[in-house]
Amino acid sequence: MKTELGNLGNDGLLRPLKQGDNFSRLDFRRTVKNRVMLGLLGLASLVAILPLLFILYYVIHRGIAGLSIRFFTQLPKPVGETGGGLGNAVLGTLILVGLGSIIGVPVGVASGVYLAEYRRSKYANVLRSAVELLAGVPSIILGIFAYALIVVPMKGFSALAGSIALAVILIPTVAKTTEEVLKLVPDHIREAGLALGLPRWKVILRIVVYGSRSGILTGVMLGVARISGESAPLLFTALNSQYWPHGLLNPISSLPVQIYTYAISPFDEWTQLAWTGSMVLVLFVLVANLSMRALIYQKGSGGKTK
Amino acid sequence: MKLTLEPILSAKKVNAYFGAFQAIKDVSLDVAPHSVTALIGPSGCGKSTFLRTLNRLHEEIPGARFEGEVLLEGEDIYARGMDPVQVRRKIGMVFQKPNPFPSLSIFENVVVGLTLAGVRNRHLLEETAESALKNAALWDEVKDKLKAPGTSLSGGQQQRLCIARALAVKPPVILMDEPTSALDPISTARIEELLGEMKKEVTVIIVTHNMQQAARCSDHTAFFLLGELVEHARSPTLFSNPQDRRTEQYITGRFG
Amino acid sequence: MRNRAANLGDRRFQRTLMALSGSVVSVLGLIAVYLVKLSWPAIREFGLPFFWSTDWDPVKDHFGAGAFIFGTVTSSFLALLIAVPLSISVALFLTELAPRKIAALVAFMVEMLAAIPSVVYGLWGIFFLAPLLRLHVQPFLSRHFGWVFLFQGPPYGIGMFAAALILAIMVTPTITAICREVFRAVPETQREAALGLGATKWETIQLAVVKSSWSGIFGASILGLGRALGETMAVTMLIGNRNEISASLFAPGQTMASVIANEYAEAESSTHIAALAYVGLALFIVSFVTNFIARRIVLRLQGGASR
Repeated sequence: MKTELGNLGNDGLLRPLKQGDNFSRLDFRRTVKNRVMLGLLGLASLVAILPLLFILYYVIHRGIAGLSIRFFTQLPKPVGETGGGLGNAVLGTLILVGLGSIIGVPVGVASGVYLAEYRRSKYANVLRSAVELLAGVPSIILGIFAYALIVVPMKGFSALAGSIALAVILIPTVAKTTEEVLKLVPDHIREAGLALGLPRWKVILRIVVYGSRSGILTGVMLGVARISGESAPLLFTALNSQYWPHGLLNPISSLPVQIYTYAISPFDEWTQLAWTGSMVLVLFVLVANLSMRALIYQKGSGGKTK
Repeated sequence: MKLTLEPILSAKKVNAYFGAFQAIKDVSLDVAPHSVTALIGPSGCGKSTFLRTLNRLHEEIPGARFEGEVLLEGEDIYARGMDPVQVRRKIGMVFQKPNPFPSLSIFENVVVGLTLAGVRNRHLLEETAESALKNAALWDEVKDKLKAPGTSLSGGQQQRLCIARALAVKPPVILMDEPTSALDPISTARIEELLGEMKKEVTVIIVTHNMQQAARCSDHTAFFLLGELVEHARSPTLFSNPQDRRTEQYITGRFG
Repeated sequence: MRNRAANLGDRRFQRTLMALSGSVVSVLGLIAVYLVKLSWPAIREFGLPFFWSTDWDPVKDHFGAGAFIFGTVTSSFLALLIAVPLSISVALFLTELAPRKIAALVAFMVEMLAAIPSVVYGLWGIFFLAPLLRLHVQPFLSRHFGWVFLFQGPPYGIGMFAAALILAIMVTPTITAICREVFRAVPETQREAALGLGATKWETIQLAVVKSSWSGIFGASILGLGRALGETMAVTMLIGNRNEISASLFAPGQTMASVIANEYAEAESSTHIAALAYVGLALFIVSFVTNFIARRIVLRLQGGASR
């Protein structure tokens, strides 16, 4: 088969399309380029996960030195004195996150249920956009929102203001994961419930939501993990405090804000507390994420065997 | 042009696996140059998998494994050091669904095999595009809109575009994996017509689920069942006088 | 129609859900209203020139946000410059190359990057990244590329460069996740078409995957931009917090988010608060629009892919 591209036929397979060594040099170049570029993709992936390994290593390496019962039970000591802990910040974070969850979780779950169960309605589309856009609002802006909503009218920084800021951050996360989890429930299960003569709301609550409770709970855990690491919206709502929390209408200390304050302080005692606080936060976030992962995995493989 | 009775393509004791599942069992098949060979059989019989071992596309699937030899003009394409990329340039392929590249124009789609291989000569590219499109019986329909995206064509035209794309690199062998299964009857007829023209230039191996198609346009037919090659003969012989009972049952519509 | 079929309990249930979830919609509106309300004195006093004036002087009660806008734009785009190619590469590695188990592990680790609290990034940045930049990277850059204005000035470690780097790490998971979805949506037949023509793996990736995914990659980048624009704590801790525009990447700077974080709690005058809220309003609008655009692009692609 004689063509303008050279003899393709009978004299050996790997003779290229065009005569001459030119072409095989090109082929060589293509092969090398292929190897190099694929190698670069792998290298990029390594580069991308390197920061995670570094951060985990540093946070644990530096944080573990300060880990003791004292860290959870004592107030920070003034400069110059050794010892002390971040007990107030741990408790403060628990209060802030707890109150934020009490406000945010019902709204988030309700939104998620609506999005999943009435997904074709007009309002669901509006709600879906609102949830997505709220998720994209920088958390510091939500701090300003809580400031305007609570701090200004009540004339003072307060745990309540901080909790509201955190609740607003929590809502989209919980709504989205709840929607995802409920969408995993196949339609025939809903139909089976309806066919039994149950009203729709009972089908949704008793069958769909109840059946997905562990998934929803993990979604809530993920959201809670996320807000427990938030500091920007607390800076001018919950502010900070050197004392044990007292009341929801006073400033309150929190782990992230304490980490921020101590990270930029020049005292070794304080930076040690910052590292240990970071370790506690990171481990909590990791555990929450891993359990979500385990649950999805379990659900996925469980579904196949059924 | 050298005329010879030597097979251009020859599969020897081919075994193919997906993980632990053996999809092809000990298949040997010789293909004469400038012929059309049809692979038929019920779905799941391995005919497509076998086809994909012939240009080493099978191995791109995770978990896929291959044993045996495939000789193209006497050389084993699975030999050590043989580059699958080179192999595939010599053995073109047309797929079940038309798959022109949506980001490329009609012209770019036809010559993409050449541009990949480093051909930059504009004149040569245009010449090749024209002759490939003519050979694929598409030239008259697209010559005025070569810059339009390849996906702007109808399904049948897209499939002929893909045939032109395969022809443009002038491979000695073209594999076709149920090329008309996604097309309407008129487009199917045009492509069947094309097969007769194409074998002047290339050797065609075509997988089809349609026995009439195999009878109409192939010189040889190979019948696959459960991963085995049951029977391979000249098409008229195979369809009128099958040697194996299973072939007979299949072509008389007893199963599949 | 549906309402007639539904019984009383159903209607009550749906209304309850709507009432609860309605707060999401109203919060979004309230944020805008409150931001305008808080910043109104500053809007009246400084108007639009606020955004290009670089004079930010709490003592004289005169405010212009030019330097912060410069800082936000510079740090975000610099971050994208690093994160976009990196994320595309990671996503390609995950969808096109890696064996399934390795892909799952790498994907999980990249997702974990998104879960680390911002303040921990800041802490790590101060104690690991900044010293690394100050002692090794920046001296190297100024020794070899010192003639470029970008790499001049003393190596502080902390500054625009450090902030951009930490931002790049933080937005990589977002961009990677979307790119991955986009690449996954490319039909397998496209890859086979390229392979069947004798394309190498890399050429297949370019021809079949990347070339048809540019709009998705663009959407992913915009989404990453949205995250970078609003990221606060890590940037605040690493950018150096100086209200000036500097041509050098080593110099400290300030972003819209970081100035709010730094000054809001301690602002004394009402004009200062209003000016900071004005910065917040601008940031809100910018990130709102950015997210809106990204969402449109990504949604359209997802719709196209699934149907």
